[in-house]
Amino acid sequence: MTTAEKPSSIVWRRRREAVAKRWHEFTTNKAGVFGLAFLGLLTLLAVLAPVISDESGLDVTKAEGTSLDPPSGEFWLGTDIDGRSVLLMTFWGARISLLTGFSAAFLSVLIGTLIGIAAAHFGGWLSGLLLRFTDFFLVLPSLVLAVALASVLDQGTMTVIIAIGVTAWPSTARLVRAQTLTIEGRPYIERAKALGGGHLHIVGKHVLPGVMPLVLANTTLVVGNAVIADATLAFLGVGNPNTVSWGAMLQTALNNGAISKGAWWNLLPPGIAIVVVVLAFTLVGRALETVLNPRLKGQHS
Amino acid sequence: MKRESARPKAPLSRWQGALPAHGDRDDLVVPCRRDRGRGFTDKRQRTALTEALSSLDQTPALVDPDERRGGTGTARFVLSKIGGALASLALVVVLGFFLFRTLPGDPVRFMVRDRPTDPKMMAELREQMGVDKPLLRQFWDYVVGLLQGDMGVSYLQRRPVFDMVGERLWPTILLVGSATVLAVLLGLWLGVRAGWRRGSRFDKVQTGLALTLWSVPQFWLGLMLLVASNGLFPSRGMHSPDVEPGFFSEGLDVLHHLVLPCVTLLVVFYAQYMLVMRSSLIGEMNSDYLTTARAKGLRDDLVRKRHAVPNALLPTVTLVFMQFGMVVSGAVSVEAVFSWPGLGQLLYEALRGPDLPVLQGVFVTLAGAVVLMNLLAELLYRVLDPRVRTA
Repeated sequence: MTTAEKPSSIVWRRRREAVAKRWHEFTTNKAGVFGLAFLGLLTLLAVLAPVISDESGLDVTKAEGTSLDPPSGEFWLGTDIDGRSVLLMTFWGARISLLTGFSAAFLSVLIGTLIGIAAAHFGGWLSGLLLRFTDFFLVLPSLVLAVALASVLDQGTMTVIIAIGVTAWPSTARLVRAQTLTIEGRPYIERAKALGGGHLHIVGKHVLPGVMPLVLANTTLVVGNAVIADATLAFLGVGNPNTVSWGAMLQTALNNGAISKGAWWNLLPPGIAIVVVVLAFTLVGRALETVLNPRLKGQHS
Repeated sequence: MKRESARPKAPLSRWQGALPAHGDRDDLVVPCRRDRGRGFTDKRQRTALTEALSSLDQTPALVDPDERRGGTGTARFVLSKIGGALASLALVVVLGFFLFRTLPGDPVRFMVRDRPTDPKMMAELREQMGVDKPLLRQFWDYVVGLLQGDMGVSYLQRRPVFDMVGERLWPTILLVGSATVLAVLLGLWLGVRAGWRRGSRFDKVQTGLALTLWSVPQFWLGLMLLVASNGLFPSRGMHSPDVEPGFFSEGLDVLHHLVLPCVTLLVVFYAQYMLVMRSSLIGEMNSDYLTTARAKGLRDDLVRKRHAVPNALLPTVTLVFMQFGMVVSGAVSVEAVFSWPGLGQLLYEALRGPDLPVLQGVFVTLAGAVVLMNLLAELLYRVLDPRVRTA
């Protein structure tokens, strides 16, 4: 490990070390580790759902139980209005919720990062325009906007992802812009510019690696919000009508009289699932933020 | 501009209390204001929760540190803010047109998609609705119509959208208004108590509770309350059919109906006010002026009430107005659950069609209201913070 080492390998070794250090710091945050372990387990179960459970139980025509059975030995969480197992539906609902949550968060973070970096890097009128645009979307009631988008486009999971993705980006853009400005004010950027580095070089080699950790923490928090937004859209009836999701289960419970009959087992499982998943993402996000955001050292008590 | 904000952030407390309440020198006041603004932005980032909570609807920075400032004259400030709000309103109008007239394609096909219709009838419908004209012409008609209070005619109910929006406006204002006032009072009270005794059991329990409540989807909370209250409160609508006429009995009836939706809205929103108030108060805790106040021999209570809280209150008060968009979003799902006859319920009903003119009208109304509240917040900030005002 001396002079023979290539510059790129030095960079990668340093990055590995940094990651290991951050990981160590992260593991000291109990809530964060707990959230991460829970999410890992849930994701694994959701991916394996077709292997460990029988999808045919979700089909209304093949439902085995009678309508609105309370929890029993056969159906641990009772049945819904069509006689399907609530436990099975909640389990399968995790798939669609996580899928939509991750995809929508990814989309919105992508848009937010691009706009944020552009707004900070280029400056001038473009920056002013992007900033004004971001602020405009920041104050708009985004759920109303998402509902509007989802209602005019064709119904489907993709529509929901797009509707949430294109309405949730402004906060990320704000965050990324602030961080980019901080990084671009440092001397090494000036040095890179003096050495003839173009926009692509500076953004790709210097700004992006500096922004990425914060973006990662932010993404975790955005996923939680996207899960809530997804459930709300499904509840309002603009989701994908052909899939079993937590929001759709709750909508069915309201519209088909499960509530007026006091069938709490139709309400509790999907709702608690949403709360727990969102809480887990929030805990992980907060823990990541504490580790990755130098300004937060010692905060977040 | 860039350099400015790239500078390490100044600690918030530096200017706290150290300055005379009414700065009379511009050079003193301006940096102070900037630091204040930046301090808030910074703090906002620190308040992980706000960040965590609000990716969907986030608080914008109250005062943008990078905003160019020509001067600090009140007239100029007010005019520039009003100009910005007008630009936002214009953008809302354009967005409304794009979302509901351009994006769905042919609205007539939308209307008749379930019924067999011959091309001639469709052409007639198109002419009747004015959608056979070029897009620019349609946009012009739409803008002129909006300015005259004409939002088109509902597809489903065949009534002017403007009237429908008008009669749904007051229930929403009542619901959102009462929930906001109660959430703010509760949030501030709990936030002050939690922040003042940071790390105490009360603080930990309340912060944890707020975080959990924040993860709750509003409509689900509404459903749970509906089941839990078990008929104690009316579950649907705003009026009972059998109530005797008279101001008092009718008012009581409306209040009775208001309980569940209002509680649902406020339980989720108070959390944010509480956490922001808490972190804002914690930010003030180490300020010199508090030490001074204590050194004067003031009781702890008085230090809190007279000195710490007023200073910490500012970000929270403005946040209330800034977060209006989020409350409006929440109101939509809550109104859908409780059939509260407001704009959210109108939106929910219009989704069935989809009744595009109604959706458009509700969207423009809600977004416009949010833009106006935002303007109010920016103006209020200047009134509330004496350091921002110039002599």
